[in-house]
Order: sequence, then C-alpha cells, then structure tokens
Amino acid sequence: MAEIKSNAASVEFKNVTKIYGKSKVPAVNDISLFIEAGKLVTLLGPSGCGKTTTLRMIAGLELATAGQILIGGADVTRLPATDRDVSMVFQSYALFPHMTVRENVEYGLKFSGFDKKDTVDKAKAGLELVGLAGFGDRLPSELSGGQQQRVAVARALVLEPQVLLFDEPLSNLDAKLRRHVREEIREIQQKLGLTVVYVTHDQEEALAVSDRIIVMNNAVIAQDGTPRDLYDAPSNAFVADFIGEANIFDCEVSDVKKDVAMVEIGAISLKLPARGHRPGKAKLAVRPSRIDIRKAGAARTVPGTLEKVTYVGSHLEFIVDTEFGTVFAVSPDVDAPFEPGQAVGVGFAERGPVLITG
Amino acid sequence: MRPKTRTASLHPTVLLWTVVGLIGFALLPWYGLRDNFFTLSWLFDGYPFDDDVAPALFLVLQGQKLWLAPLGALLLAPLLLWGRKKGEPLFGTLLIVVGAVGFAYFLLQGFGIGLRGFQWQWLTSLFGELDDRQFGMGWGALLAGGAFLFLFTLGLAARGAVGGDEFVVGSIGFIVAVVGIFIFMPILQMLGSALVTQEGSYSLSVFFTKLFSSRLWGLGCISGGPRCGVAWNSLFLAILVGVLTTGLGLVFALVVTRTGFRYGALLRALTVLPIITPPFVIGLAIILLFGLSGVITQGFSELFGIQPTRWVYGLPGLLIAQVLAFTPIAFLVMIGVVEGVSPSMEEAAQTLRANRWQTFVTVSLPLMRPGLANAFLLGFIESMADFGNPLVLGGNFDVLSTEIFFAIVGAQYDQAQAAILALVLLFFTLGAFYAQRFWLGKKSYTTVSGKGDAGMHPHLPAGFRNVVYGIAGFWTLFTLLIYVTIFYGSFVKLWGVDFSLTFDHYVKSFAVSWNQFGLHWRGAAWSSFWTTMQIALISAPLTAAIGLLTAYLLVRQNFRGKDAFEFGTMLSFAIPGTVIGVSYVIAFNVPPIELTGTGIILVLSFIFRNMPVGVRAGVASMSQIDRSLDESSLTLGANSWQTFRKVVLPLLRPAILAALVYSFVRAMTAISAIIFLVSAQYDMSTSYIVGRVENNEYGIAIAYSTVLIVVMLAVIGLMQLAVGSRNIGRRGSEGDLGQSRTNVSLPQGPPAISGAG
Repeated sequence: MAEIKSNAASVEFKNVTKIYGKSKVPAVNDISLFIEAGKLVTLLGPSGCGKTTTLRMIAGLELATAGQILIGGADVTRLPATDRDVSMVFQSYALFPHMTVRENVEYGLKFSGFDKKDTVDKAKAGLELVGLAGFGDRLPSELSGGQQQRVAVARALVLEPQVLLFDEPLSNLDAKLRRHVREEIREIQQKLGLTVVYVTHDQEEALAVSDRIIVMNNAVIAQDGTPRDLYDAPSNAFVADFIGEANIFDCEVSDVKKDVAMVEIGAISLKLPARGHRPGKAKLAVRPSRIDIRKAGAARTVPGTLEKVTYVGSHLEFIVDTEFGTVFAVSPDVDAPFEPGQAVGVGFAERGPVLITG
Repeated sequence: MRPKTRTASLHPTVLLWTVVGLIGFALLPWYGLRDNFFTLSWLFDGYPFDDDVAPALFLVLQGQKLWLAPLGALLLAPLLLWGRKKGEPLFGTLLIVVGAVGFAYFLLQGFGIGLRGFQWQWLTSLFGELDDRQFGMGWGALLAGGAFLFLFTLGLAARGAVGGDEFVVGSIGFIVAVVGIFIFMPILQMLGSALVTQEGSYSLSVFFTKLFSSRLWGLGCISGGPRCGVAWNSLFLAILVGVLTTGLGLVFALVVTRTGFRYGALLRALTVLPIITPPFVIGLAIILLFGLSGVITQGFSELFGIQPTRWVYGLPGLLIAQVLAFTPIAFLVMIGVVEGVSPSMEEAAQTLRANRWQTFVTVSLPLMRPGLANAFLLGFIESMADFGNPLVLGGNFDVLSTEIFFAIVGAQYDQAQAAILALVLLFFTLGAFYAQRFWLGKKSYTTVSGKGDAGMHPHLPAGFRNVVYGIAGFWTLFTLLIYVTIFYGSFVKLWGVDFSLTFDHYVKSFAVSWNQFGLHWRGAAWSSFWTTMQIALISAPLTAAIGLLTAYLLVRQNFRGKDAFEFGTMLSFAIPGTVIGVSYVIAFNVPPIELTGTGIILVLSFIFRNMPVGVRAGVASMSQIDRSLDESSLTLGANSWQTFRKVVLPLLRPAILAALVYSFVRAMTAISAIIFLVSAQYDMSTSYIVGRVENNEYGIAIAYSTVLIVVMLAVIGLMQLAVGSRNIGRRGSEGDLGQSRTNVSLPQGPPAISGAG
C-alpha cells in the first residue's frame, strides 16, 4: 500500500517585486521572507494587498519582475509552474469537470513519471487520507462543496510536493463546515509534516491554523510572527486593527529603562515593554477586552461618559467618551447595570496595551 | 524542481525541427510538383536527380540553384547545441539567429528569384544577370521554412519569452506566419499591383487617375445624370441595409424578449437561415417573385393593367434581398444586446415612477445604443461585401464587389483596376471594422453584472407592442414566402411561362444510374457537388483547429503585442471575399507560392476567410471555462500543451463541433472569393449555380440551391443533436455570466457571420 509522504522544503523570497503588465504600481513590492520546512504559514491581508500574487509567485503561475525565489534552497525564480514541485488548492477547487474524482487525483501523477500501479495506489491512498475512499468513480459535480474541497486537497497532496499552497480554500464553504475543514487541513499538515502556505483574508482562520502569520498591506509585509505575537503585540496600527479590533490612542513615553517604558495616557501611567520606543510621543493599541469599565472615580481610571451600551448575547459592548477620544470596550459581565449617559471610570488591564508605531 | 529524466543530449524539440528541416532540404522535392505529391509518382520520375523533383541538396550538388546551399548549412547549425542545456544563453541566442536568418533568407530567395531570374532590379545590379530561375515552392521548401520558423520560436522560448513556454511561443509564431503569408502578403501584393499600369510599368499618376475616376466617385445621379459612381452606390446601399437590418433586428429581439411572445424559439430558428443559404439564393427568389416574369409583377400587371417592368433589378431588388439576407444577423446581435440590459435597471426606473414607455425610451434604449451601432456596422460590412446578390440582381446599379469581378474576368482584364476597386472596398469595410472595435469597444454599457441579478424584463407598452408584432409578422411571412418560392420553383418547368410541376431539374443535375463500372453519377451537378464536399471537409477541421488555437492564445495567454495579434487575426472578417479572391489571384499566380488552379488555394481561402468564426466560437466558450482549471493543471505538473490537450480541448468539445460545422457550411455557401479561384478541375457548387443563372437556366440553379440548403440543414440539425445530448458539467462561475452578456460583444452560439457574401 502506497503512502503519502512529505518532501517538505523551505521557501525563501529575496527582495521580490512583481509589477503586472504596464502598471506603475507594484502588486508586490520588494518583499523578503523565509518559510521553514514543515510549517504552516499564512499570508493574511485585505484584498489587493498582494498576498495572492505572492502565493502565485511561489506556484510559478506568475513570474517575479525582480528578486529571487528559492524553494528547498534551489533557485526557481525563472521556472514555470509545470517545472516546480509545488501543488496548489484553488479557491474554486478547479476540479476538472470532465474527469471523475479518481482521474482528477491521478492527473498530476500521470505527468510525474509514476507507473500505472503506483499512480492507482497513490490516488487511492490520497482519497483515503481525506476520507473519500469510496467516491473515486463520481464526477466532481456529484459531490458536495466540502467533498470537492477534499478532492482538491487529495489531488495536490498525492504529488508529495515540496510546498503545498492554499488559496482561500474555505471561502466557498458555509460557516460551520469551515471550522471543521480547517482543522482537517491542519491535522493532515501536522501529520505529514508538510510545508503549507495558506492565503486568507479571514483573521480568525489565520489565527486558528497557522504556525506563523505574515500580514501584508499595500504590497509589503506589515508584520511577520506567531498568531500570539500578532494579536498580543502588533507592531503597527494596521496590524493591530486588522487582527481583532483595537483602540488606538495617542500617548507619551516619559521614560525608558531596561526596555520598560513609562507611558502616560491622560491621568494614567502604565509600565509597558518599550519595544524599541524612545521617550516622546507614541501610539498605544488596546484590545477592547483589555479595557475595564468601572465606577466613576475608581482608582487608576480616567473619567468618561457612556455613549452606547449594546447587549450582543455573549458580552456587552460599550462606547465611551473620554478625554483621549472615543473608546470601544467589551465586558463578559452581561449582568452589570450600565445605562447610556452614565458617568464611568475607564481603566486599562495590566497586560494588553502595547506601544505601536503609527 | 520536479525531477526530470532527460537522456537525449540535444533538446528533443530542437532535434525534431532540425530533422524536419533537413528532410525538407535533403529528401523531399524542393519545388512544387505538377501532379499530386501524394500519388508518389514523382519517386519514379527521375528522383532525386531530375530538376523537377530533386531535393535542394541534390540540386546544389549538381551545381544548380546554388543560392539554396546556405539554407542547408543553417539547418545544420542547431547541432552545435549538442549537450547544451536550455538555460544557457548561447542556446536561445543561436536558435534565434539560425531561425531568423534562415527564415529571412528563405523568403528573400523565394521572392527575389522568380521565373525570369532576379525579380528586383537592385539584385540584378548587385549580382549581375541571373541565368537560372525557380518555380513555386514545394514540400521540401515548406518543411525547411517551417523548421526555421519553429527553431526561431524555440530560441525565443529559451530566452524566456511568454514564460519560456515552447508550445505557446511556437503557436504564436505559427499563427503570425500563416496570417502574414495568407492574409497580409496577398493584400500587400494587390496594393503593389494597383500601381502597375496596363503596360507593366509603375505609375502613381495613373493610379490616382483611376482611384479618383468618375466611374468610382461620379455624382451624376444627383444632378440628374444617369448614374452615380460605384463607390457611392455601394456606400448608399450599405448604409440603407445597415439601418434597415438594425431596425428589424431590434424589432425581432424585442418580440422575443419583451412581449411574452411564446414562440420565440421559432423566431430564433429563423436565424439559422442566412447561415445555410448561399447568399445569391435570396436574389434568385426575388427575381422569381418580382422579376419581369415574376409572379407578383405579373399578377399586378394583370390586375391593374400596368406594363410589367424590370424595376426590381438595381437598388430596390438589392435592398430587399440584402435586408432579407442580413436581418437574422442583426437579430442575433440585438438579442444579446436587449437581454444584456439589466432588468434591475429597468425595474429601478419603474420604481422611480417612469411608466413602461418612458422606461423604454430613457433607460432601455440608451443602454442598447452601442449594440445598435454594432449591428449597423455588421450590416454595413455584410452589404459591402455581398457579391452574389448584386451579381444576379444588380442590373445597371453597379457596386464595388461586382465591378471588381468584371474587371478581372471581363473583356478588359485589368488587374490594376480590380486592385484599385478592391482597395476602395477594403477602405470602407476596414473603416467600419475599425470603428466597431476601437470606437465601440471602449463604450461598453455592460449592465448585467455577475452578482445574481434577479428580475424580469418589463414588457413593452401595448400600442408599441402591436406595431412591433405587425412589423415582425410581416417580415417573417415575407421570409417564409421567399423560401417557399425557392422550394416550389425548383419543381416548376419554366417559371413565368410554364408552371407545370416536374422533376426535370433534379434529374438533370442529380441523376444517378448504374453502368458497367458500377454507380454512375450522371447528373451535371455531381462533379461540382463532390468537389465542394471534399474541399469543405478538408478545410473545416483546419479552420476549426487554427481558430481554436488562436482563441486559446487570446483568452489564456499574455504576451507582448497581443492586441495587434488579435486585430490581425480578426481582420479577415472585414476583408470582403472579392478582395481576398483578387488578392489571391494576384499573389499566388506566380512563384514562390504558385497555387492558382489547385484545390489547395480553395482550401486556403476558406481557412483564412472563416478563421474568425473559429476564433469567436473558441473565445466565447473558453472564457466560460474557469482559468483556475488551466492553472491547477499546470501546478500539477502538466505543461501547457498537455493542459491544452487534456483539460481545455475536452471542455471545448461543443465549441469544436460548432466551429467545424460552421466552417463546413460557410465553405459550401461561399461565392465571392472562390469565384476567382475555381478552375475546370475544381469547380464549386456556388460558382456552378451562378454559371447556370448567367445562362438563364434558373430551374437547375434553384434545384441545386434547394439541395444545398437541405444538405446544410441536415448538417446543422445533426450538430444540434450532438451538442444537445452532450452534457458536460461546465463550471459556470458567476463572473462568467457577465462576460457572456456584455452589450457589444457578439452573441454566442451561431456566429453572427453569414455566408461569405
């Protein structure tokens, strides 16, 4: 019985730029990145940020205008898709409608020099791996969306590619199925130790599946780190706001000692990791859950007025007017007795607020 | 990188084309053979030493045609690449140089040395008088030329053109070369011959005298004289036909989409008529109805005691015939346009308190405007290019297309005059084509977007609807009358004189009997019928193949100069058949490409006349196939040729079938180009019929036309069955819907191009 193995390899971009046709604006502007073998890395960003272009350059569907792309240490910059050992799962799945599920899965194997028996065995193993062992003779049109998606994964997996690419693979599935399928993808990736590059614009999906996330914005990399890094310590306002929600405040760094900064915001002083900031004006990002709404006049708070209180089932949402602007906060305590117009005290959690660059 | 095993020490494709080129140079007869190559009789005619059948290598070794020697040397050059890899710069550069120099030299010697030594003065002055001469190129030359071309494209691919894809670069090179040789070169040669006087010298002044002669541009008819210039006649007729067909097309489209008319499918079926009807048949029917001895003319004269006249010959008859013939085309275009207007636009207008009439006038109609202009230009081009109807119905009303014909075949035999007339005609049609593409192309009011656009088209207001019904009903009945007349006329002994029914015409043309040799095709029409079938069957697959390949390059590939490429490949749509005919006669009557009188020239003219049909069919269905299918095939390790064969072609099966059938049918109904190109050996149905008309043998002409219509109806019917039963679950993503319903694009399905005019 054939087994699906992994030939995981690293991916490296060195100062890669892509400019389409006669356009002046680069779709990807001078980015460098390194993806270790066996990791699942997500490219995350709003539409038009260049994440899909980056993915297609790994696949060889677009050729870089400048820079160098290495897969497994070998330079593949000028190699077309056919000659790269990379498979891709498309957003639309791109299953060939005139072939059965088995023929779809065998398609790439036929061009990879496997003999007949290996081709059949590998395809069978691939379909088993995604739990579609009995579906080989069906046409793609006879499968549900989730099943089609798994066929697309099997078709890419059986080639044992150095890198497996996913282009928004869940966007055509309904919400419940999405969670299930993304867990399956992650499971297979970890079981086989595959290198996976995954494109999505859904930040929750990215946080859930990734070893590392590369956030892109305006054709450049905005931040590159683990899901926890990005959520807890966004390096700039874009990332703070794009991943989860964040209040961005102006603040003043009064003193930096041993990487600990004294931050003044209104009447409150906070001790925060300096993250390379020097004394002077700075910005502070605070997650809504890291803001406490207390009684007016409580210690270590600034006064504010409740504009809105919204009950959304699992928590309460507040909009508060304060001296440093409008603050958005949430509280899991849905029974707390707050009314619009009420005077409150706004405080910050010990951990949570982070200094960011504008 | 995918592991690839490569054992050959010369790149396999380079090896292939080098070998092909060397076979052409050293083994096959270099010059064209008088008799058929495939009979292989040349093998016993003194091959390989006799001059007529010798390969280039043997000619050179015998000390003849020494200018061919460098070609052989160049073909050996790629062997220098033994053991080198595709990535090395030398690899690509050498192939580019060998291919380009070889191909250029190949053309230069072909055109430079003709039947009387050097063709060009400067060559004679450079090298002195040449005693030798050469004839039309043959199979050897063809292979060698092809080899140089593809070595050149391989070189370009190796240097990274179009992502280094050999198949794509080769295909582009191939299409550019054949379109250049069989469309642009003949037109340019025709242009050149327009400058040649009867005496054979070049003269600009004679050219301008002819170009601006009053025969062409006279305005006599306005100032009360007998006739206007030919150019004005053509222009006037074309504008009238354009306006009327557009109006009628709009009326029919409104009936089908905006009135709740239940038999729209029947009306749509009528659009098939111009595709299966040889273009002059309508003219014939008009003569049967309104001619001097036509039933309606006779009926009127008996009823009112008026002397029957020949009023229908000329502008009135031509107008009726062309509007009848081309209205279905406008209808096809307008259906797409009318359906393309988003219902939600109209619904929005209605919710803003516009009534139905106001909605139609202020929203629907303006949104259709680019489509209307498009339909007008199509009608204009078709009318300009029409040759069959003016030939049978023109009378004293001369138009450009027939004038060209008479300049070539008439007593005057004035090639330059024909070329000049063809230039004027080409100027008009290209102008319209250019306007359609560049002026309208940018003005697309695509209102149906991809997102689920629910809603219904509102119905027309009642009064307007009745007018529309009236016009459409009248015209439908008239069209049916025409076809009934044709059918009935084929059984009538002598129209206008003796209306008794008979099978004589069919017996005379299509009789079959047995004799000692077996089945004997005794009827007079069989010979031309089988020739037509044969030529059509050969040209259809070639047309479809070249059309679909072009469509694939246009839809799926990006490369520099793609716009020019597209313009060039679609250009032949705007070149009237008569112009192609004249230019082929001028260009391919002399070496290096000597084809007149052969069946090949007919096949070639069909391929390049009908190529846009294949391209359109291919583009339409290829843009329905999601691009990610190709991409996923590429990422799965298939190269672009394998992707084309395994993924794109199977999904295109309906389009292939459609392209095959339409190019077959158009090859059977064409008249304008081939009337210049037929020969005694290769006579075609349509030219045979026109010959009968000129001899006043209307009975046979009509019977033969009826048979053609029935045959083609059967072919189309079979295709509909075949396509209908084939149900390929095509991924119709929502975005594609928008593409298929843009306002100015031509409709899908039957291409909106009628018989060859």
